[in-house]
Amino acid sequence: MSENKVAAPAKKLRFMPQLAGRPYLGLSLTLAVIVIMILWPLVTGKDITRETVFTILLSVTLASSLNILLGYTGYVSFGHVVFFGLGGYVGFYLLAIQGWSLWMAMLAGGLSSALLAYLLGRAILRLRGAYFALATIGINEAMRAFINNFKPFGGPIGMTLNFQVYRDYGGASQALWMVFYTMGALTLLAVTVSFFVRTSKFGLGLLAIREDEDAAEVMGVVAPKAKTWAYVLSAIFPGIIGVLFFFKNGSIEPAPAFRLHFSIETIVMVMLGGQGTVLGPVVGSGLYQGIRGYLLTSAIFKNIQLAVAGGLLLLIVLFVPDGVIGWLRHRFPFLRRVLQ
Amino acid sequence: MILQVEGVGKQFGGLQALLDVTFDLPAGQILGLIGPNGAGKTTLFNCINGVYAPSAGRVIFRGEDVTASKTYDMAHRGLARTHQIVRPLNELTVRENVTVGACFGREGHTLGKASQIADEVLAFVELSDRHDQLAGSLNVGQKKRLEMARALAAQPYLLLLDEVLAGLNPSEISRMVDIVKRIRDERSVTIIMIEHVMHAVMNVSDRIIVLDYGEQIAEGSPEEVANNPKVIEAYLGDPELAEQLLNE
Repeated sequence: MSENKVAAPAKKLRFMPQLAGRPYLGLSLTLAVIVIMILWPLVTGKDITRETVFTILLSVTLASSLNILLGYTGYVSFGHVVFFGLGGYVGFYLLAIQGWSLWMAMLAGGLSSALLAYLLGRAILRLRGAYFALATIGINEAMRAFINNFKPFGGPIGMTLNFQVYRDYGGASQALWMVFYTMGALTLLAVTVSFFVRTSKFGLGLLAIREDEDAAEVMGVVAPKAKTWAYVLSAIFPGIIGVLFFFKNGSIEPAPAFRLHFSIETIVMVMLGGQGTVLGPVVGSGLYQGIRGYLLTSAIFKNIQLAVAGGLLLLIVLFVPDGVIGWLRHRFPFLRRVLQ
Repeated sequence: MILQVEGVGKQFGGLQALLDVTFDLPAGQILGLIGPNGAGKTTLFNCINGVYAPSAGRVIFRGEDVTASKTYDMAHRGLARTHQIVRPLNELTVRENVTVGACFGREGHTLGKASQIADEVLAFVELSDRHDQLAGSLNVGQKKRLEMARALAAQPYLLLLDEVLAGLNPSEISRMVDIVKRIRDERSVTIIMIEHVMHAVMNVSDRIIVLDYGEQIAEGSPEEVANNPKVIEAYLGDPELAEQLLNE
């Protein structure tokens, strides 16, 4: 056979764009985009730019985390905000009531979200498709109801931070910058983690589960274990940045902590940019926040901005299910090396 | 003995899909598994590799009782299979598909080593020129060879082939039969194959088991089975037609 000869051993070029080749090019590009965003407020010197970029970085971190579950593993979690809320609550409690430092509180927030994901993963990840998605909504609502009635966390009133706390971080205005840079660092870290998951053996197992879970198991992928760890990984960063977000906010209440539509917006961002790619959630978050910013300030759309987000999700699913990055990769194969 | 199946039965509600199937398989053989549609051949595969837990009996693989193990446990123990209806990981490339087999199979290789194995196995099944294509874009014949490559990449002791020849044209069939023989001879993998293409299965099998309505009605060399009147009656209904098909 002639094709046999083509194949044989002398094959030096490794042609697996996702697994080998020059994968770091894709990561570098993605990180560069984020670094530019982080530096942008320094260039303009305006607080308002910093706040805009903070929102985008927050979205990128949430979307990249969700992407590990949604994009790589193929499991839709509608209630992912539960990890943001729970992490935020645990961290805020330690910070405001127990007097922990922000760093330790963030760590505790991330770990408690990871623990919740681990326990949930063992219980509900055996559900597939719509059943899993519904279960995640239920968990978010149940957690909100629980916190609403949990006295140590302030019940329905929530908790507020003593203003003195900011003094440890150089006063309120200094603390805002510190929070911003911390957010930037976490975003870079979350995207890097997402990249290494995508290009690892563990990630290959997740992709196999996404494509056909039963076939993956027949090939030896221990799906229950892999899915649980994917869920845990996707919960850590939302838990950490929950603490950071509510530290900046100064107060925490059940409603903003467990806001279901926040989850859905995150899904829109992942889908818009391209689920299953590393760069996708970054692009998607930027685009979505741009659109949202426009809608919120426009006279016509400001009250129906969520309806527009819903419509957008519908259009993506119907016409560009692969998202922006997925579409580009499909349309221009030579971009696959760069756009990961 | 690489595999011992002892009195395996499987019941789905009121349907007895398998009843008291018993056989031993020595290493290095190709065992053909034939029978009319619905005879329970794929169900037997599913009971061996852990998709179903048998309702009765035991499965012993390489001396260990593996009855009702999980499919991934069986994969780690060195059992690989292909599916009757192909199940490619559509959005992954051909090479990534095969790499999954090597990464998570018996030897659990790292990514780098696994993709080397993938290249080697793809060359073996003559699919190298497609390595960078998405698996979903292959044609049926190529998908069947991809299934085979994925299973082989796991470097199994025992390979279950479920109708790898179905839907292939005559030239593809002879190519595939050649590959199956080479798997046994060059890679010393033991094989059980379910097949409907008679001349092929008669040609490659060392031994054949015939199932009908979940029961084992005959076992023996291809000649013995082919001349067994019970088989001819159950399988083809008409002994003359059987002879005609075998002569093809």
